[in-house]
Amino acid sequence: MNNADYKKYTTDRAKRSSCLLNSVKAFFVGGFICCIGQALFNLYLWWGADENTARTLVSVTLIFAAGLLTGIGVFDKIGKFSGAGTLVPITGFANAIAAPAIENKTEGKINGVCSKMFVMAGPVIVFGTLSSAIYGLVYYIVTKVL
Amino acid sequence: MNKLIKFDNVYVEERASVVGKTEKAGPLSAYFDMCEEDEYFGTDTWEKAESEMTHRCLNLLMSKKKLKSDDIDLICGGDLLNQCVASSFGVKESGVPYLGLYGACSTFAEGVICASTFIKAGAINRGIAHASSHFCSAEKQYRFPLEYGGQRTPTSQNTVTGCGSLLLSTAPSPIRVKDGMVGRIVDAGITDVNNMGAAMAKAAADSLTEYFALSDKKASDFDIIATGDLGREGFEICCELLGDSIVGLKDKFTDCGMLIFDLEGQDVHAGGSGCGCSAVVTAGYFLNKLYMGEINNLLLLSTGALMNPTTVFQGQSISGIAHAVHFERNSVYA
Repeated sequence: MNNADYKKYTTDRAKRSSCLLNSVKAFFVGGFICCIGQALFNLYLWWGADENTARTLVSVTLIFAAGLLTGIGVFDKIGKFSGAGTLVPITGFANAIAAPAIENKTEGKINGVCSKMFVMAGPVIVFGTLSSAIYGLVYYIVTKVL
Repeated sequence: MNKLIKFDNVYVEERASVVGKTEKAGPLSAYFDMCEEDEYFGTDTWEKAESEMTHRCLNLLMSKKKLKSDDIDLICGGDLLNQCVASSFGVKESGVPYLGLYGACSTFAEGVICASTFIKAGAINRGIAHASSHFCSAEKQYRFPLEYGGQRTPTSQNTVTGCGSLLLSTAPSPIRVKDGMVGRIVDAGITDVNNMGAAMAKAAADSLTEYFALSDKKASDFDIIATGDLGREGFEICCELLGDSIVGLKDKFTDCGMLIFDLEGQDVHAGGSGCGCSAVVTAGYFLNKLYMGEINNLLLLSTGALMNPTTVFQGQSISGIAHAVHFERNSVYA
């Protein structure tokens, strides 16, 4: 068997994770996190925050909760169960920063925590910054120039 | 060069194995000398933990025979960490001459072949072969941080936390190292890091075929023929690749990575992997069977996947390698 055939043979026979089951889990866990977000939003409004501040506070709260759950070793279990359900909301991003920071703290604050914390989330930050810059440029051209 | 190296005066004088808590929860628990519940082995980093595990394993091996460091001529061993630090830091205090080896997960058989060859050549009288791996240090180096919340594919494997070591010498003992064969690198073109079994299966089939072609032995001469850490996926592929080419293989063919864990009850996907896998299963389980006379001949085929995260990101394929060692029960001294 040549390598191309072998690769096809091993890929074809490899068992895959259940797409349907994972999608259902992700839908409900992700939806539940969004419900918590909405509840927090209403709570912050009720406490007197304006809409923009309440939105920011919701993100901050979810990031804090994900960071805390990562630190006490619970988030990886939730993430393993729910897959994209925790990955897609901001909780996944928070976990991707907190997890390498914790793992590499043994190499010190500078060379470990600070330098390694963006190892996984780095691409998200790069693409996020880049796309918002492009968006800003388009927005400027559409609203000011035209 | 004849790839089959025959040994006529190399014996397994003693053996030791140290494992972690997942291995303790597995079906071979009773066969290991020492199980540590603390993943850190009383230290504060994963790397130190693996070195401490190696240190304990070597001390245990020597203490079983009431030997001191001065009685050992050479240690041949390795692990999976960059620059083999788990072994070198673990061996450091002993002051014994040391050869650090890297053969990925095939390191255990590589160590046995190296130490046995030194003994055969008359360069040393007594040497140690060991190999170790640690789930947490391996995850940190090769995959994701432990606290990262992600999923793994069914073909991925669980790195064994364990260190296995053998004390090899010219002193006649119940278990003998009869011969060994250094495997060649087989690149099957696999690039999926979550399917190491497929990457190594072709090399395992190649080495096994080559071993039976070189030696005048048949599968029926062995009671157990075991690959190192193909896992369920790789083992099935290896069986399919071999087909019926080796007569009588099927009923004695197994894999250390499948034996060490309960694949249904433990969350380990396709089974165990890592240098420690074939090391602890051989030192703890197989050699106990040989020692007790339950089996008389064992063919160990430690398998390794040759890669690192950089080569994988650069799109290079993962090569496989497999080294064979024949252990024989020596009933005269039993």
